[in-house]
Amino acid sequence: MHNPQLNANGELTHLLSTEGLPRAIMTQILDTAASFMEVSAREVKKVPLLRGKSVFNLFFENSTRTRTTFEIAAKRLSADVINLDIGRSSTAKGETLLDTIDNLCAMHANLFVVRHASSGAPYLIAEHLRRIGRDDIHVVNAGDGRHAHPTQGLLDMYTIRHYKQDFSNLRVAIVGDILHSRVARSDIHALTTLGVPEVRAIGPETLLPKHLDKLGVHVFHDMAEGLRDCDVVIMLRLQNERMNGALLPSAGEYFRHYGLTPQKLALAKPDAIVMHPGPMNRGVEIHSAVADGPQAVILPQVTFGIAVRMAVMSIVAGN
Amino acid sequence: MNILIEHGRIVDPASGLDLDRADLYVVDGRIAAVGAAPAGFVAEQTIDAAGCVVCPGLIDLGARLNSIEAELAAAVAGGVTSVVVPPDADPPLDEPELADRLVHRAKEIRKARVLPLGALTLGLQGERLSELAGLKKAGCVAFSQAKVPVVDTEALLRALEYAASFDFPVFLHPQDHWLSRNGIAHDGEVSARLGLAGIPVAAETIAIATIVQLVRDTGCRVHLTRLSSAAGVDLAKAAMAEGLPVSFDIGVHHLLLTENDIGFFDTHARFLPPLRTRNDRAALSAAAAQGFAAVCSDHTPVGADDKLVPFGEAKPGATGLEVLLPLTLKWAEQESLPLAAALARITCAPAAIIGLDRGTLAVGAAADICIFDPQAEWTLTPESLRSRGKNSPWLGYPMRGQVRRTLVDGRLVF
Repeated sequence: MHNPQLNANGELTHLLSTEGLPRAIMTQILDTAASFMEVSAREVKKVPLLRGKSVFNLFFENSTRTRTTFEIAAKRLSADVINLDIGRSSTAKGETLLDTIDNLCAMHANLFVVRHASSGAPYLIAEHLRRIGRDDIHVVNAGDGRHAHPTQGLLDMYTIRHYKQDFSNLRVAIVGDILHSRVARSDIHALTTLGVPEVRAIGPETLLPKHLDKLGVHVFHDMAEGLRDCDVVIMLRLQNERMNGALLPSAGEYFRHYGLTPQKLALAKPDAIVMHPGPMNRGVEIHSAVADGPQAVILPQVTFGIAVRMAVMSIVAGN
Repeated sequence: MNILIEHGRIVDPASGLDLDRADLYVVDGRIAAVGAAPAGFVAEQTIDAAGCVVCPGLIDLGARLNSIEAELAAAVAGGVTSVVVPPDADPPLDEPELADRLVHRAKEIRKARVLPLGALTLGLQGERLSELAGLKKAGCVAFSQAKVPVVDTEALLRALEYAASFDFPVFLHPQDHWLSRNGIAHDGEVSARLGLAGIPVAAETIAIATIVQLVRDTGCRVHLTRLSSAAGVDLAKAAMAEGLPVSFDIGVHHLLLTENDIGFFDTHARFLPPLRTRNDRAALSAAAAQGFAAVCSDHTPVGADDKLVPFGEAKPGATGLEVLLPLTLKWAEQESLPLAAALARITCAPAAIIGLDRGTLAVGAAADICIFDPQAEWTLTPESLRSRGKNSPWLGYPMRGQVRRTLVDGRLVF
């Protein structure tokens, strides 16, 4: 099948998903991010790689945090950044997604960072750009529906590599609402591509998609069993609207069974790291003692996220 | 008008007739003879069918006619001479006058014959019964909820009881409201990967189980439309084996495609019911090949703007009238099915389901005839379609089998 993320030379032209992303390109992104870590530590935190280029942050779904990290990353690459919080306003005016894109193309955009509530929206945009012959414009998926959040997936890989060096001997558990999580999907594809031998998914059946095993994941309903001897624990955010209803009876019952407490974490390896894509619900999916404890690497994830997004943008717009 | 169709391969699945290089004679809108000319026959028009197959006109059990003129022209261009139209038009076909108007309009257009399905309930709301007898009188061949599930099982029971009192057949699309209302794709590997909300197979099997029980209780004749799963086929076949008055059909796309054809969110592969697994496709194909099910186009014209949106926002369905024949031929080739067996699924099988005395080339039958070149290759492009619906997962793909001539009641309409 044609891989819409790669150009004719097999180089990354859009980042849409970690699925189908070749291991060599993933490693290239992580290595490039490592070189940018030094930039962020400088007094003048800028490199001129995207000077004169325009990065449009297209957030059809609001997310101040993710948008800000992309904005910082683009500015450190010396790009001009235009933030568009489109929300529902343009669709309310009857403009279609592709009308919006055509308009922005006419404003000489070089890179679109897209967040959209519908799975697959960045693919639609990338395919449209190909159809209208604008191969010079690149798309970075900043989260589409339940489908993918590839820069989050890659920054998670950066974090794991930073603390564990090697992927080939790890046991990684992803805990919580995997069904609705684009982060989980991006993590799973990235982990399996980078050669992690055992990826586990822990949660109640109502929060797990069917056929997770086909993605190379071992499913656990019992958290204690699932956490045993893990090197990495990735906690997922539980959305408020899922806490009381047909999927879960209450946040309290969820926390008792799937919340990460110091006692449960003790079942993982002593040097296990705890990750979370943020924002956290303390007392729902994670106990404060863990979130603020020595094994949590949640804030370093945020720092690495800037470098990883710089790497992704410099690579796609540089190819 | 006397018409001679000469030198064609005459295939009539209903009678088992399959003659190479034979002649067919049409007199006054009816089939007068096959092989030798009837006494005193003088052709007023001769159609050379050398190299072509001459078969009964196709009967399509489900096609939406958003723009009736274009779609009926598309029908005859696809060899379809009778079109069963579901009631989910705007407004829904729930009043006799609406059905009457539709039938008359189709007669004026003089292309394919339109056989409307009346709305089983007012506005397809699943609550109050439509005037079924009035709709029947206006030309409706059966009653249906289109693809709108009846949420209230008591309302469904009453509707089937009422329909059974008049021996009216009912078409039902088996799909549980609750299990399908938020779904976008088959609840399986592809939906897990792409992050699309799933429609489980249970949405279909639960609905079939409910309907079959109500058929058992009411004796109503029920035709199940567009089955999508192996488990659904098993339930429908079991009901038929039990002797219940149940039949079913399969959309032609579901004989050929699976959830994997969604690829990277191809909105042309969004269907309702959704494309399911390879196993499901194989079971649907086997059911059709073994003669349990009719095959239909499930023609659903969707404007380009409604497909150029993210997958979950795209309208489901594909254009079908002009690809029903080539896709059925493709399926037959793939399954090594004899031509007559494949054509039976789109001619005499649907005729039997709606009790239509057509779909055959028997002497005396109405001359609804499709003449097609089985070897002609063409590429499906938006321009190649007469239908307003240019939406197809096959755009850009080669098709084999092209209609050359279509006759309805002995009248050349294509």
